[in-house]
Amino acid sequence: MSTTLEVGTENCAGPETGEITPALEKQATELIARYPVSARSAVMPLLHLWQETFGYIGPRGVEWIAAKLSLQEIQVLELVTFYPWFRQRPYGKFHFRVCRTLPCALGGAGKTFAALQKLMRLKPGTHEGAMVSADGRFSLEYSECLASCGTAPVVLCNDHFHEKVDEKKATELVGGCS
Amino acid sequence: MACREHRLVFKNIDVRGYTRDIACYQKHGGYGILKKGLAIGGPAIRDEVKKSQLRGRGGAGFPTGTKWSFIDPTKTTKPIYLICNADESEPGTFKDRQIIYKDPHQLLEGMILSCFANGVKLAYLYIRCEFTEGWKIMEKALEEARTAGFLGKNILSSGYDLEIYVHRGAGAYICGEETGLIESLEGKRAYPRIKPPYFPAVLGLYMCPTIVNNVETLCNVKHIVEMGGEAYAKIGRPNNTGTRLLCVSGDVVRPGYYEFPVGALTLGQLINDVCGGIRNGNRLKAVIPGGSSAKVLKAGEVYKIKEKGLDGKMMEKEVGLEDLRLDFDTLAAAGSMAGSGGVIVMDHTRDMVECLANISAFYAHESCGQCTPCREGVLWLKKILGRIAVGHGREDDPALLKEVADRIAGRTICAFGEAAAWPVQSFITKFKAEFSARIARNGSASRRDTISLLH
Repeated sequence: MSTTLEVGTENCAGPETGEITPALEKQATELIARYPVSARSAVMPLLHLWQETFGYIGPRGVEWIAAKLSLQEIQVLELVTFYPWFRQRPYGKFHFRVCRTLPCALGGAGKTFAALQKLMRLKPGTHEGAMVSADGRFSLEYSECLASCGTAPVVLCNDHFHEKVDEKKATELVGGCS
Repeated sequence: MACREHRLVFKNIDVRGYTRDIACYQKHGGYGILKKGLAIGGPAIRDEVKKSQLRGRGGAGFPTGTKWSFIDPTKTTKPIYLICNADESEPGTFKDRQIIYKDPHQLLEGMILSCFANGVKLAYLYIRCEFTEGWKIMEKALEEARTAGFLGKNILSSGYDLEIYVHRGAGAYICGEETGLIESLEGKRAYPRIKPPYFPAVLGLYMCPTIVNNVETLCNVKHIVEMGGEAYAKIGRPNNTGTRLLCVSGDVVRPGYYEFPVGALTLGQLINDVCGGIRNGNRLKAVIPGGSSAKVLKAGEVYKIKEKGLDGKMMEKEVGLEDLRLDFDTLAAAGSMAGSGGVIVMDHTRDMVECLANISAFYAHESCGQCTPCREGVLWLKKILGRIAVGHGREDDPALLKEVADRIAGRTICAFGEAAAWPVQSFITKFKAEFSARIARNGSASRRDTISLLH
C-alpha cells in the first residue's frame, strides 16, 4: 500500500516573510468578531492563523497581532512561549508529532519514533523541541497524549492524523511524502 | 451475557451509513429534542437534569444539575456564558474525539439545549488544537446549524438567540482545568485561578457567571430531555446514573471505546469479556482506571468497600480487583477514581519503573508553572524516575520520590498537583519491591525497553 501525503493546510516551514494579504486581514477581522466582549481573547486564534500561514511565529507576527488587538507585544509573546503548539522557528515541510504518553508508549511509540528518526536522517538537536533535517524537508518531535489511545501508537503529520503507526507504516508515511 | 453495551451517546457512532452532516443527523431524528426543549422551557430542562442525577463526565464527577443551580438566570444581571470543554487531554481518554469526529451535531444539540436552559446567549467550544480535523468539523457543523435556524437569532421562532464559536487550544493539558481554560479563552496563559470562588458560576469568563461542561456531559443533556430525568436516573445505579463511555487502552486484545450503564460491569468483565483479555497470552499486572491521574490498581489486590445492603444498612465487604464495579463511588472507595473513563491496562511483562517514569514525564511537561511545589516537584519526580530507569538509582530514591510527591499534593491552586502526585504515591507504595529491585541491579539495568517508554 502506498499513501501519498500532502502538506495539508498547515505551513510548518516558513518563511515568515510572506505578504500580508487582504484575505488574511479579512480572516483576522472575522476571528476578532467572535469575541465581542474582549478582543484580547482573539490572541490565540490569531497566533494559529499566523503560524498556519507563515510557518512559525517570529517578531513580525507578534508585532502584527499586538497592533491588531491593541496589546503590548509581551502579552502576545508570553502565549507563544507558554503553549507548546506555537513555535518560534521554522520546522520541516513535513512535521511529524509522535505521541509518547503511556498508552502509545505501551503500543510501541518509541520504536516508531526511532524508525522515523532514522528514515529522516535526523540527529538530536542542540535545543529543545523538534529535530529538523538539514534540507528542511522533515522535522520530528514527541508530543503528549493525542487522545487516540485505543489505536496506539499515533502520529500527526502536519494536520493529518495517522493511527497504529508501526515501523512498517512509518516507512510508508515517509516514503509517501511528496 | 451481562456485558451488553447500552449505546445512548454512541448510538450512531460507527453505524454503517451514518455520516456527520446535518441531513443525516436530522434523518435520525436530530434536533427534534431541541424543539421539545424549547417548548418545555428552561426551568423544566434544569429540573429534568437535576432529577437525572447526571454527574459530570470530564473527570471530577460533579453533579451537573447542582453546577447549573448555582446560577439563577432570572436573577443575575450579568450575561451568562457556557463553555464546552472539548480539550480532551487526559492520557487514556479518547471518547470525546469519537463524538466530535463522528456525531458533531449531537454535541451541538446538547449544547444548545444546555445554553437555552441556563439563559446563555454566547457560548464557546474550547477544543484542543491537536484535533486538527475536529475543529474544522465543528466549524462546519456550526455553520450547518446556523443555516438550518438552530443557531443565531430567534431559534425556531422561540425568540431565543444564541451564538456558539469554536476556540482552539494550543497543546496545553492545563486548559482542561476549567479556570485555566477560562484564562486561556480570555487570551492569557492558562494559569488556573485561585479558589474561592470554587466555581466559575460565581466569577467565570470575563468575570461573569459561567458554566463549563464536558462534551459527554452535554450530549447526555440531550438524552435527559428526550427521556426525562427520572427515566434517565433508572439507567445505572443510584448516585451513579446514566451511561458511561469507557476507553480501554494498553495491553488488551481489543482496545477501544465502549458504552455501558454506570456500574453495570466490573473491571474484570471489561478487561476479559469486552476487551478479550490481556494480549499475547500475558497476565494482568496493573490497571489505571480513570485516566493517568488516577491511582494505579494492582492485580490481586482486595479492597474493603462499604455499601448499602438489601436491608438498607451499610455493610463492609471485601472485593477483589476484577470484581470492582466501574462506577464513581466504588472506584473512589477502592482508593482510585473513575475520572474521565480512560482505562489503561498493563500486563505482567511491563516494568512499573518505566511506566511511572513515562507518566511523570507527562506531568513534568504539562505543569503550568504557577505554583512552586508543582513546578519544581514534577521536574524532580521526572529526573529521579529517569535516573532509576537508566540504572543510576539510589537506595533512598523511592522514599525521596514519595516525599516530593507528598509535598505537591494539597499545596497547589488546582488539582494538577494531586494528578501529578497520585500516580507516584500509588506506584511507589504498591510496587515497592520492583523499585528496590531495579535499584539493586543498577548498572546492569536493562535499557532494552526504555526506548519505548522513556525519551
